[in-house]
Amino acid sequence: MTHSGSAPAPGGGSGGASSGALRSTLPFDLGHRASRRWGERIIALLLFGCGLISVLTTIGIVVVLVTESAGFFREVPIAEFLTGTRWSPMYSEQHFGILPLLNGTLLIAAGSMLIALPVGLTSAIYLSEYSSPRVRAVIKPILEILAGIPTVVYGYFALTFVTPFIRMVFPGTGIFNAASGAIVVGIMIIPMVASLSEDALNAVPLSLREAAYGLGATKFEVSTRVVVPSALSGIVASFILAISRAIGETMAVTLAAGATPKMTLNFLESIQTMTAYIVQVSLGETPHGTLEYRTIFAVGLVLFLITLAMNLLSQRITRRFREVYE
Amino acid sequence: MSGERFRPAQARRRRAGRLFQVACLASIGFSITVLAILLVDVARDGLRWVSWDFLTHFPSRIPERAGIKSAVLGSLWMMGLTAGISFPLGVGAAIYLEEYSPRNWITRLLQTNIANLAGVPSIVYGILGLAIFVRFFGFGRSVLAGAATLALLVLPVVIIAAQEALKAVPTSLREASYGVGATKWQTIRHQVLPVALPGILTGTILSLSRAIGETAPLIMIGALTFIAFSPTSPMDPFTVLPIQIFNWTAKPQAEFHELAAGAIVVLLFVLIVMNAGAIILRNKFQKRF
Repeated sequence: MTHSGSAPAPGGGSGGASSGALRSTLPFDLGHRASRRWGERIIALLLFGCGLISVLTTIGIVVVLVTESAGFFREVPIAEFLTGTRWSPMYSEQHFGILPLLNGTLLIAAGSMLIALPVGLTSAIYLSEYSSPRVRAVIKPILEILAGIPTVVYGYFALTFVTPFIRMVFPGTGIFNAASGAIVVGIMIIPMVASLSEDALNAVPLSLREAAYGLGATKFEVSTRVVVPSALSGIVASFILAISRAIGETMAVTLAAGATPKMTLNFLESIQTMTAYIVQVSLGETPHGTLEYRTIFAVGLVLFLITLAMNLLSQRITRRFREVYE
Repeated sequence: MSGERFRPAQARRRRAGRLFQVACLASIGFSITVLAILLVDVARDGLRWVSWDFLTHFPSRIPERAGIKSAVLGSLWMMGLTAGISFPLGVGAAIYLEEYSPRNWITRLLQTNIANLAGVPSIVYGILGLAIFVRFFGFGRSVLAGAATLALLVLPVVIIAAQEALKAVPTSLREASYGVGATKWQTIRHQVLPVALPGILTGTILSLSRAIGETAPLIMIGALTFIAFSPTSPMDPFTVLPIQIFNWTAKPQAEFHELAAGAIVVLLFVLIVMNAGAIILRNKFQKRF
């Protein structure tokens, strides 16, 4: 890259002040372009401003979460918040331990991954290694439809179809249970895992597969012992993004998984996730500015930090461990 | 030699391969089956509720009289305003990143930031909208506050889609324009944007179809669930289809679940129309260089 700002212009530079990037393509002065040049600068500034909005959004999120949480942590010690095993801000006997909400969130994330990871990955292997272009042309749009269905619709599906089904298999299960929420969250994340993993599998060069076939490997062996290991970084990155999505999922778990913060590993019990708690408070009558109200910012901060860490990790894995093929 | 041991193993390996293929196919079949069940489940409960009266009546405590007029109007308002805010900002940011930005740390920061924003849970945007638009700017619990929140939510997706569309415009087109003496902005405005526009519009429509199904951020900023009037200005309180669906689904009575299914039918119809529009646009105007 040449830095046109400081380098003297070829031919004496009598054309006046630095005219930015144009200099490299137009090394001569056309005359009376001052007004035009000002217009160009203003436009460039405006466009930069548009780009800045995204940075302002991030700053806004961090500032709002941190300042409002600071008010919360002045009254509730961070240690109590992070290690407490009871969450009951709305009861007369208040407890502010986030672990039950974290437990609920992780239970949903773990349960949904039991569905989304194997189904998503094997779907991706089928699309990338086995299916003909015609079959692919049918399956891809179906997965896109599945990905495009609003989460509140999955919540309806959980409550009116999945939950009755679970209650049929396990009589005595309540209307609200973690299993129902985990199942629909898993279903809604399948397309994401399938699509991202398929991209990773497609990036593996044909020559690797051909070499394995040449040694007499079957298609199964080529897929699972050559292609999948070669694409592992992309697959792992897609898995992490999927977990992050499951942690941030809100509507389906609010409708299906219940509103009982609880330390449990039982999928058939009613639980509450961090996201569902935030919705519950904002639907209620809690007055703005109270300690109870500030809990949503503290919980929101934890949610934001967890998903941010996972997204960064996923990007890092893609960048660091990607095998670069010719 | 090992050749004799090789043959029986081959049969077993072939069998394992066939089993694996069946398992993979079963995974695909699982997704398709679930989609079919979901659609049938919704259609069976909801289709008979969808009528002209359902679309033109306000919500009611009596299921037979309830409709989704305010939710449909609210969703239309929300779409229009969200598109109006996110489209110019997103395209502007994409033009800056693709055409103007130097390759330095600020650009890398912007790009990483956009990628990370795309992964922030939607409910966090709701918290942001509540603190910034509802309280700080004093928009109140209005259509405008909701639309501004959703605009920020879809902005990363719009930017990334517009960037892809701009990247697809060949450099030769820009060079030819510079060659006849056009300035940078003239080149972008008259050569690059017209070619990239179908791609940009497709991406924007797809991201808006995400916005129209969003529920959590709008609950956060306080979209009311029972609204028996039509919003007439950006400052009016509002409800939208997904919130109406949430509200009816959360009620214990089966009649309201059926109303929710009816509203879902309408929402899915709108989504299908939008997606079909995006696909037609892409196929019709797509140029290959």
